[in-house]
Amino acid sequence: MTATVPGSNPSHLQALMDPEGPPAIRLVGVETALLGRRILDGVTLDIPAGRITVIIGLSGAGKSVILRHMIGLTRPDRGEVLVDGVDINLLSRKGLYALRDRFGVMFQTGALFDSMTVFDNVAFPLREKTEQGEEKIRGKVEHLLGLVGLPGTGGKYPDELSGGMVRRVALARAMVMDPEIIFFDEPTTGLDPIIRNSILKLVCDTWREQPFTMVMVSHDIPEVFNWCHHLVVVRAGKIAAAGPTASVLASEDPFVQQLLTGDSAGPIRLL
Amino acid sequence: MMSVFERIGARALRGIDLLGKTGLFLVESAAQCFVRPYRPRRIVEQIHFVGVKSLFVIILTASFTGMVLAMQGVHTLKKFGSEGLLGSVVALSLIRELGPVLTALMVIGRAGSAMTAEIGILRIGGVIMALDAMAIEPRKFLVSPRLVGAVVAIPLLTVIFIVVGILGGWLVGVGLLGVNSGDYFGRMDQSVEFADIAGGLWKSLAFAVLIGWVCTWKGYNTQRGAQGVGHATTTAVVVSSVLVLVGDYILTSILL
Repeated sequence: MTATVPGSNPSHLQALMDPEGPPAIRLVGVETALLGRRILDGVTLDIPAGRITVIIGLSGAGKSVILRHMIGLTRPDRGEVLVDGVDINLLSRKGLYALRDRFGVMFQTGALFDSMTVFDNVAFPLREKTEQGEEKIRGKVEHLLGLVGLPGTGGKYPDELSGGMVRRVALARAMVMDPEIIFFDEPTTGLDPIIRNSILKLVCDTWREQPFTMVMVSHDIPEVFNWCHHLVVVRAGKIAAAGPTASVLASEDPFVQQLLTGDSAGPIRLL
Repeated sequence: MMSVFERIGARALRGIDLLGKTGLFLVESAAQCFVRPYRPRRIVEQIHFVGVKSLFVIILTASFTGMVLAMQGVHTLKKFGSEGLLGSVVALSLIRELGPVLTALMVIGRAGSAMTAEIGILRIGGVIMALDAMAIEPRKFLVSPRLVGAVVAIPLLTVIFIVVGILGGWLVGVGLLGVNSGDYFGRMDQSVEFADIAGGLWKSLAFAVLIGWVCTWKGYNTQRGAQGVGHATTTAVVVSSVLVLVGDYILTSILL
């Protein structure tokens, strides 16, 4: 993974490339402003293939916006978002949708259909996008519900589930199309520590079973350090640090250290 | 500080921008009806929601509209000794104006507001973004079936409104106020022309597109949580109701 220097010359990226192989996703000099406020300021970042990458930072730092750029839900004002070397912002809607067929996305709230049962929610992408028969769909959905620890809940509605169960259903839905890359936008926010760790472990177990590329935006410091290979620290729309978890944890950058330790004293002053 | 002209110009530009966006939204959503995979079941569900579930309120409104028309009609026509024309008055009023307009207003209140609220809740719950992220076109999934549902169901409801209204008028005019039944239907047969019926149906079709368009647009662009859903729903009802009445004037002036 490549650490970023805002405004760095993209031609230098080749030399900085992760020795593990080509990245699954690469952001080059991405700049985005919203309502006159700069959200991302020259973000250059590689997401390694087949690894769990976690993006951390203060609220409003631009973590979720980075994630949305990777999925193509937001277009940058400047810069490139490359998947397999192709800038996704140059793709037509059809091309973008073809690319997203390779993605699975789990949103913070789960984003499930309240009017559908758990089973129908998980089966939804299969029914919408494939011609698979109901029997095959049933087998796959029940397997996934078992995998996320929710066997036998297919007939329930989302409002009958706890917050943690909703997130697990959302995870099952994110995996149902056998994606190559799974994105998680704060999958454990608002959950108690035990459920939080269970979900993080579930993500890790899922990776062990099938090593997807996973990108997760998280606030779960320090728990999340136990479950990821790579760490990205975002500060005010810029990458403050990025790399293998151990190397980022060893960073001497006072901002990174303050974020990692949660110390109220340091360069970050919120009050 | 902006001058008056600058403010007017800025407002005009915003208006043109909105018109362009809403126009594109309608065209693109309508075009999604012809994109595979076709999901007829979803369209049938919407026809059922807009049509069948509005049936009771339409029949109720139509009967009382017809009855009031007959009562007022007899009272006025008596002054000229022309009670026999009651059938014509009731039928032409219902076919040309009251049928399409009142049906549209009833559907806005019952189904249009629900359309906006449903889509709005999905928007604020992040489901529309999730659909997009899953490479499922949200307009195809949420908007197109509702547009088709409205376009199919509203003209059918209008026909039902007109028929029930005429029967309601007959009940009061003939049953209570002593107008001759043969005159009621005979004069109606003489005075109602195909152009009247076609005009009424064109209007109801135009109102159906208008209702589907405004209500789905407002829902699709809902912002700011539960309060936003309430605001979007209220705005959808007010805007579509006003547009139906303004549209009625424009269409009447074209059709007459």
